[in-house]
Amino acid sequence: MTIEKTPVRDFATDFDHTDPAWVADPYPIWEELRERCPVAHTERYGGAWFPATHAGVTQIAKDTENFTSRTVIMNDGRPDELALPSPIGVAPPITSDPPFHQIARKLILPAFSPGAINPLEPQVRALCRSLLERGSGHDVVEASWDYARLIPPSVIRQMLGFPEADTDVFIDIVHTVTESVDLPMDERIAAFEPIEEYFVRQIEDHQANPRDDLTTFLLNAEIDGQKLAVEHVFGTMILILVAGIDTTWSAIGSSLWHLAQNPSDLERLVNEPDLMPVAIEEFLRFYAPVTMARLVKHDMEYLGVPMKEYDWILLGFPAANRDPAAFVDADRFIIDRAENRHVAFGLGIHRCAGSNLARLELRVALEEFIARYPRFSLADPDQVTWSQGQIRGPRRLPIRVG
Amino acid sequence: MRVVIDADLCQGQGRCFSIAPSVFGFDELGNGVVLTSGELGESDLELARLAEANCPEHAVGVVE
Ligand code: HEM
Ligand code: SF4
Repeated sequence: MTIEKTPVRDFATDFDHTDPAWVADPYPIWEELRERCPVAHTERYGGAWFPATHAGVTQIAKDTENFTSRTVIMNDGRPDELALPSPIGVAPPITSDPPFHQIARKLILPAFSPGAINPLEPQVRALCRSLLERGSGHDVVEASWDYARLIPPSVIRQMLGFPEADTDVFIDIVHTVTESVDLPMDERIAAFEPIEEYFVRQIEDHQANPRDDLTTFLLNAEIDGQKLAVEHVFGTMILILVAGIDTTWSAIGSSLWHLAQNPSDLERLVNEPDLMPVAIEEFLRFYAPVTMARLVKHDMEYLGVPMKEYDWILLGFPAANRDPAAFVDADRFIIDRAENRHVAFGLGIHRCAGSNLARLELRVALEEFIARYPRFSLADPDQVTWSQGQIRGPRRLPIRVG
Repeated sequence: MRVVIDADLCQGQGRCFSIAPSVFGFDELGNGVVLTSGELGESDLELARLAEANCPEHAVGVVE
């Protein structure tokens, strides 16, 4: 269901991140807001604010007294109806506030620490190679839909310990979930049914046959000597899907989109493989895919604007990353930028728990693509499409490789 | 010169230990830890400064 919306005329007073102009190219909009506001407002979504500066985003991201994470996707629903109450929320820890947040977060961090993630590299590499193999013989490959899109869910399926034979089914149901996150609550619940059924079956199987994977890890995890409630395990699994898939897909896609249009950057990566880790951070800064949301806890004057209880905050980490007050030549992509304090993974207590995995997938996906195709370009710029909503990345990306 | 991580600020962003693996490591939660307790050699000092400039949480400090 798509609702026709009035086009935005003035982003300072009536912004909408789903407006076609913002979807097509948000960067000039943010630049203008930074100069004019710098906190934009809209009556849409029941009232929302958008701080366009690095300083504003930082302050709010670190302020859990005045803002709640109870829902992090801005939508038309009223916050009261949206989810479990603070501090747990529907998908701990991303929707949790302190003090519960720390408990839920500590529980999953070991599973995503570098010590747990680094050993996955050979699997991720083998996966990327097999996906690239499918394009062999073609002059044009679909680098988003047929490559970037398929990497994160396959890795997560492996981590959760779900059967390899389910890969395609799993990718399909994951799509229903990630596409439904900004639907009204009743539609969202309906969209979640297939995944609920699938997860319940997998959870039962893991209860009967425990093994060394993330599902068993979550089932065995304890808070104060008590096993987690099934809703908590389920919520965390959903979170890992929602937080880990479209995000990483977008980061891989945007990076390939950049390289397809900037042959000198591509050439440097081909010739200087050691540059990759530094380049990855610049891809993440420049094309940061993830914008989050918060709810205002009470009426207050904040960043110079009058915020009301339950107003939304659209928390633009990508906009912060382009703020000239925080980065030299913020609007230039500098592949060997040495000092890069970007905030693509957020800041403060909710820092992306999956950042080590995301970096691994992004690096290996690019290394393998480049190894196979040391030269490539956009097949047809008009066919490139971008996602709409809080996760930004190319969804169709035909690339000429031959 | 020595390098320190403020554990209250560190959120495990992982920049320090990828930039300067000879100076920083990580604990089981993925938070940064300083590997050396003594004076830093010249090349490590340079790497530590680079880590300081890249930590989004401003948790790394190079001190006298
Ligand atoms: C390039 C890819 C990714 C980007 C840019 C990204 C970005 C973010 C951001 C900005 C947040 C902060 C949320 C907030 O402040 O409300 C976050 C949180 C989170 N991300 Fe990611 N993410 C990525 C990939 C992943 C992956 C692969 C996973 C796991 C499989 C993951 C799991 C999480 C979790 C669990 C949280 C919640 C942490 C908490 O609330 O304590 N993310 N991510
Ligand atoms: S870069 Fe900063 S936040 Fe990240 S692990 Fe190192 S000290 Fe912690």
